[in-house]
Amino acid sequence: MARLKSTENKTLFAADLAVNLRMVALVLLSVVIMITDHRSQRLEPVRNVLATLAYPLEYLIQLPILIGDRVNDLFTEQSQLLAELDNLKKKQLFINVQLQKLTALEAENRRLRALLESSANIREKVLIAELMTVDFDPYRHQILLNKGTTHGVYIGQPLLDQRGVVGQIVHANRFTSTAILITDPNHALPVQINRNGLRTLAVGTGDFKTLELPHVPNNNDVRVGDLLITSGLGGLFPRGYPVAQVTRVEFDPGSPFAHITAQPTTDLDRIREVLLVVSEPAPDPDSMPVGPHKSP
Amino acid sequence: MMFRGPGGWIILLTLLVGFTLDMIRLPRWLEAFNPEWLALVLIYWSMALPQRVGVGTAWLLGLLVDATYGVVLGQHALGLAVVVFMTMKVHRQIRVLPLWQQALSIMLFLLVQRLLVFWINGIVGYPSHDWWFLAPIIGSVLVWPMVFIVLRDLRRFFMIR
Repeated sequence: MARLKSTENKTLFAADLAVNLRMVALVLLSVVIMITDHRSQRLEPVRNVLATLAYPLEYLIQLPILIGDRVNDLFTEQSQLLAELDNLKKKQLFINVQLQKLTALEAENRRLRALLESSANIREKVLIAELMTVDFDPYRHQILLNKGTTHGVYIGQPLLDQRGVVGQIVHANRFTSTAILITDPNHALPVQINRNGLRTLAVGTGDFKTLELPHVPNNNDVRVGDLLITSGLGGLFPRGYPVAQVTRVEFDPGSPFAHITAQPTTDLDRIREVLLVVSEPAPDPDSMPVGPHKSP
Repeated sequence: MMFRGPGGWIILLTLLVGFTLDMIRLPRWLEAFNPEWLALVLIYWSMALPQRVGVGTAWLLGLLVDATYGVVLGQHALGLAVVVFMTMKVHRQIRVLPLWQQALSIMLFLLVQRLLVFWINGIVGYPSHDWWFLAPIIGSVLVWPMVFIVLRDLRRFFMIR
């Protein structure tokens, strides 16, 4: 009996040792993986495979919402639909009128740019993506989108919505992609003040309503209410999209830089749909389709 | 390991349910307290059947979590593996404890896991400046009795050993 007990103890001890060794190995492996993943993109394929494995489950938790929407559609009153249609028609008319002006302005802008011999993308191709409702870490401003590499999403692709810049793609998986918002503490965006063209960086703060402009010298001309637009200097974001509006400017004589904060033009905590911009190489000014005017 | 013996599929299914529950978004006021479902399910199985669900399983699932949430790979893998490791070390003791005392021990395991995850978050540039990151522990401790009873009944019903 005593003997039996000692062998039992021995196997228990051996099992314990095996677990300890396995744990040590896993800790080391985790550290190596974390360092590699943090410093390079080499593990991106592994991440894609794993994220694709999780896709069915992600889709599963969207189902109740999708079904709810469908049922809601079924039971919407006809009169309500007609009212909505009417409303949308009016809006369409309004937008069309504005668009007419825009076409003229765009042509003029192109002509002027051709005269200046500079080129700029005015129209970009876009892809519409919806947010998937997945509960993310509240300290990171990241969102999951329902479009992936199969739809042409790539890392670094900029995200917009109807009111301004939203963020950029950080992980592109097969059917989904993860995007980082401009308010994430690890995000910086090259911007320009619309009023005077002053270039600077807008850095996220971890608060959906605040961006910081940390590198503006005290003697520069920034005012509350100034609109910040993308400057296009980073090469990722197309030029000229609204980003934020300056909400606070404090000149502190003791420090070399002013304290400036701005509020994003979109409600980043309430977005449902985003536009993914497909960037194209800047068109050659000579081959640009300029309407009536063509430089000799 | 997991599939050696009966009911491997049930174990995998419960783990995946835990993983899915983690992804579901709760109302704003409850969001901070969202229990760590996957961690709880892993704790249960490694306590009841440590020879089948161990640190390796936890680590792989943690890697899946990292990929899904787009955080640095290895972060949750390490956290979950550590939780399961601690559970396995004391599984003989906490198996027989009353539920509320089990819940208290689990609070300690999850505290270690949260601190690890947030330490790593801090290193990769996401420091947190408040104590809200500990709130999920409260939610987890509150739901533990339910998780335990459901999983125990499942285990007995399917005679998973």
